[in-house]
Amino acid sequence: MARIIAGVSSSHVPAIGAAIDNKQTEEPYWKRVFAGFEKSKEWMAQAKPDVVILIYNDHASAFSVEMVPTFALGCAAEFPPADEGWGPRPVPVVKGHPQLAAHIAQSVILDEFDITVVNKMEVDHGLTVPMNLLFGSPKEWPCPVIPVAVNVVLYPPPTGHRCFMLGRAIRKAVESYPEDLRVVVFGTGGMSHQISGPRAGLINSKFDKAFLDNLTKDPKKLTRIQHLEYMREAGAEGIEMVMWLVMRGALEDKVDEVYRFYTVPASNTAVGHIILEPHRRAAKKAAGKAKKPAGKMKRAAARAKVDRISS
Amino acid sequence: MAREQHDYDDIPGTYVFDQDRSRQGFGINMFCMSLMKDDNRKAFKANEAEYLKKFNLTPEQADAILKRDYNRMLELGGNIYFTAKLGATDGHSFRHLAAVMTGSSQDDYANMMLAGGRSVEGNRSKSGKVAKPAKAAKKLAKAKPKAKARSKSRSKRG
Repeated sequence: MARIIAGVSSSHVPAIGAAIDNKQTEEPYWKRVFAGFEKSKEWMAQAKPDVVILIYNDHASAFSVEMVPTFALGCAAEFPPADEGWGPRPVPVVKGHPQLAAHIAQSVILDEFDITVVNKMEVDHGLTVPMNLLFGSPKEWPCPVIPVAVNVVLYPPPTGHRCFMLGRAIRKAVESYPEDLRVVVFGTGGMSHQISGPRAGLINSKFDKAFLDNLTKDPKKLTRIQHLEYMREAGAEGIEMVMWLVMRGALEDKVDEVYRFYTVPASNTAVGHIILEPHRRAAKKAAGKAKKPAGKMKRAAARAKVDRISS
Repeated sequence: MAREQHDYDDIPGTYVFDQDRSRQGFGINMFCMSLMKDDNRKAFKANEAEYLKKFNLTPEQADAILKRDYNRMLELGGNIYFTAKLGATDGHSFRHLAAVMTGSSQDDYANMMLAGGRSVEGNRSKSGKVAKPAKAAKKLAKAKPKAKARSKSRSKRG
């Protein structure tokens, strides 16, 4: 049986991609951002997922205003990087997992999520930047990726609650897939930012930090945030954060936060990042030990140990 | 018919790209999409006004594009992810455009971002009706402190 071993969220700022492509990652401005993902790359190297399901939004690359699917599932064998006006990013072609994707489509549609099936699609920075942040810049991506594109460009995007429930449906689909696959779900976009109009540049770190706290502890509270609140408090484009709730919905209710990073700014945006594991996996890890956990991982492991003793 | 009003129209300095704007701005956004091809970028640069005739634009929309009035483009139905392609054609990044839309110099805007960005305080509401985070956001903002929230409301009552 396939299972979801972790959820990862991260902003997908295009300027981060440009900094990687133009080899500016060592410049102080960018080093501050990239340093926050060093631990995450180590974590990912250990987690070694067989498949990534990546929730992101297209930015007028694959979908213009001609067609705007609310939820779109990438079922193709591969997804080339899109030309966003500066030529395609020099990143590897993203390989899909058509068989698992087909299984997910079949499952979530019968679960009442009328998702759009996409068999040909280019992917933009929304997908490739988080891949870089978690996997670095390898010649080939280490595992297949199933893109799930969410409309957050044309108002209204799906509600946070709907996104959370899609995550649930994706988990159900994954767990009914017969092959033994280890899956990591990415939720991308955010955090607070506004890049349009005279209010551009808005950042609300208080909102972001509370969002991160509740993503771990009380995601249902987050599912009640209305679109108006996202836009007012976190900027017109901050509404992208609903995509993080797809990731969270794909995890069990109880999770351990193994890592978090937050910095302002990257270009116009607050960068947020979090890694969550199902609670029992941390317990297993503590039992298996061997590896040296970093600060937060140590605490998660310690908590898990206490639970094990008490049970 | 005048534009239907929405709750989010109360957010200052913000043009929400909604269904109505999308309908009105189809021409602007399709023009911007055309700039993803190098040949089209060259054709546009060679004769901008002539190139714009290929798209179904109102005179106001064409004028906003020619003048690079990015806020006006948003108001008339353009979306930032599309208009950014026009910016890219001119060699400008998202951050450059953001500075232009806020009316600040590039340096001032960059410094504001480095200092933590534009504060939400005083920027929530045109009407001034929402000076504090609304209920949901308020709930969200209080990490632990139930006691604190209570004492606040008490002091208000008192």
